Amino acid sequence: MTNQNSTGLNLAAQEIASGHEGGVVDQVKAYFARVKNGEMGALPATGALLVLTALFAYLSPYFLTKLNFANLFVQAAQLTTLAIALVFVLLLAEIDLSAGVAAGVAMDVFYLTTTFGVPWPIGLVSALLVGVVLGFVLGFFVAKIGVPSFVITLAFFLGLQGVALILLGDGGLFRVEVPEVRAIMNDNLPVWGGWLLLAIVVLVSAGMGFYDRYRRTASGLVNRPLSLLLIKLAFMTAVGGGVVYVLNLNRSASVKEISGVPIVIPIVLLIIFLGTFLLDRTKFGRHLYAVGGNPEAARRAGIKVVRIRITAFVITSSLAVVAGLFHVSRIGVVEAAAGRTIVLSGVAAAVVGGVSLFGGRGRLIHAALGAMVISIIDNGLGLLGLSAGISFVVTGTVLALAATVDAVSRRRSGGIRRS
Amino acid sequence: MSNPVIELRDVKKSFGPVEVLKGVNLKVYAGQVTALVGDNGAGKSTLIKGLSGVQPYDSGTVLFDGQEVDIHDPIQAAELGIEVVYQDLALCENLDIVQNMFLGREELLQKTLDEPSMELQATKALQSLSVRTVKSVRQKVSSLSGGQRQTVAIARSVLRNAKLVILDEPTAALGVAQTEQVLNLVQRLADSGVAVLIISHNLADVFKVCDDISVLYLGRMVTQIETTETTQNDVVGYITGTKSVED
Repeated sequence: MTNQNSTGLNLAAQEIASGHEGGVVDQVKAYFARVKNGEMGALPATGALLVLTALFAYLSPYFLTKLNFANLFVQAAQLTTLAIALVFVLLLAEIDLSAGVAAGVAMDVFYLTTTFGVPWPIGLVSALLVGVVLGFVLGFFVAKIGVPSFVITLAFFLGLQGVALILLGDGGLFRVEVPEVRAIMNDNLPVWGGWLLLAIVVLVSAGMGFYDRYRRTASGLVNRPLSLLLIKLAFMTAVGGGVVYVLNLNRSASVKEISGVPIVIPIVLLIIFLGTFLLDRTKFGRHLYAVGGNPEAARRAGIKVVRIRITAFVITSSLAVVAGLFHVSRIGVVEAAAGRTIVLSGVAAAVVGGVSLFGGRGRLIHAALGAMVISIIDNGLGLLGLSAGISFVVTGTVLALAATVDAVSRRRSGGIRRS
Repeated sequence: MSNPVIELRDVKKSFGPVEVLKGVNLKVYAGQVTALVGDNGAGKSTLIKGLSGVQPYDSGTVLFDGQEVDIHDPIQAAELGIEVVYQDLALCENLDIVQNMFLGREELLQKTLDEPSMELQATKALQSLSVRTVKSVRQKVSSLSGGQRQTVAIARSVLRNAKLVILDEPTAALGVAQTEQVLNLVQRLADSGVAVLIISHNLADVFKVCDDISVLYLGRMVTQIETTETTQNDVVGYITGTKSVED
């Protein structure tokens, strides 16, 4: 008897689909079938964005102004980056409560080094190194020793607040005098820069889309209808074009013109692109999802679970430092209390966007959308002149709602069996 | 019959003072389904863990394709072509079928995942087993039934060109129709030339699909007998120790 391998023996050709078959209508139907099965993806957050925009536009005459539109993006940049950072540990069903204060301490290090005359790039690298080291230590405690991440990161949350106080001394705000850092949140690209950015985004998306199609065709596999990709690209161009157009208008109330895409936007887009590439197209990303879905299965498949977990914590802490950098850039000062409350908003943003707290499900773009939702609530309620109290209550309610949707959709997709 | 794919001679294993395997012999042939039955505590799991490299044996000889081998870790077992399909399946529900079948052995093209190649091979592996129950290879495992999951787990071993596939209670949690599907799948797996070793408590299944039956009783191999030459009653007797080969 001969030993036939996987490619050797083809009985009567059985057709097994790949989900790429059919026209646009079939694809749309399949999408809604998945939504019904609990794979909601970005749908709830996108819906919330549209509803909230309409609501606040109706309630406040200031909401849809050019100035507020630009402000919204700048305000959201920090939360978006933090939410993206947290996705890496949330995918493992872990949490990092210390991400905010870790970023705070890292920026204190940045302030101290640059104040003592160290060039700012070296200061920035030292700040990022603080993030890497803290993430490694957290990951070590969680993955190697087995301390629950909630507890160990809570311990770091408390401890690092102390470190910040020790580094900066009691109270007070300390000005960061680095123009390059201040520019990130306060300066804008020239008008042509905004259009160039849009062109790069659309071309890269198109390039990857067509490359994937080419590879599938070369392997003899079915492709999704070409029109689906073209619709996506057209939609992207239209929305992106609209955003760039509005941001390129003069939004200043005084004589000095303010226009252009804020510099922070291309940076955030680059982070989302690189992070998504890592998660979707590399071995590490695949293994991260696997460990989040079923650690035992991952271990049996030969995946080095400890290494994956530690790496995830390192990425979270390091990206959190970038979020902290955006914060310092916007307000221009470091303070010992920085980063204490925002981490919870970051978790909320990720969950609102559709990243599961149970691990294994969620994408960076979801976290970014969730961060936009939370930012719009903050911004809109602020414009209405409502108290901060109302804002907290609304944000809390939205988070509770999102976590409920998460739990229900998890049950519907059958994940409850292994809990 | 040709040489066995795997042969155990006088294999022993103790945990402290407890001798779990007291000199076991076993032969599993290519293209055949061999059942490993025995009551709880008979040493089935210990025997399997030795073959899969999770817990090496203390002493005895293991012959793979006639060559003496020393299996001391799971990676080495996998390199030889020994695949274990565990009872709790070891699949990630949040990943799709292709991603699960290549988990830990992803194929790369320029350092990024080569999805088309993996999708093609996974589809072919499922086709080679005449799997009809799976609609799309890009379905999430969370949307699959127990039988379909078992199918994916077995197809994964085909994909890896396994020479010996060990199935741990493959039908324990399945309904009647799904059990039938999985047993058919096991039969086709053997027909394609793979040696299959099934651990099962369900004698009806064993008699339906297995070519021969090995019975463990308190760490000793009571008998390895062809299915056609025995009856369920006899096998129950071997398992419970009320009957031995000398009777």
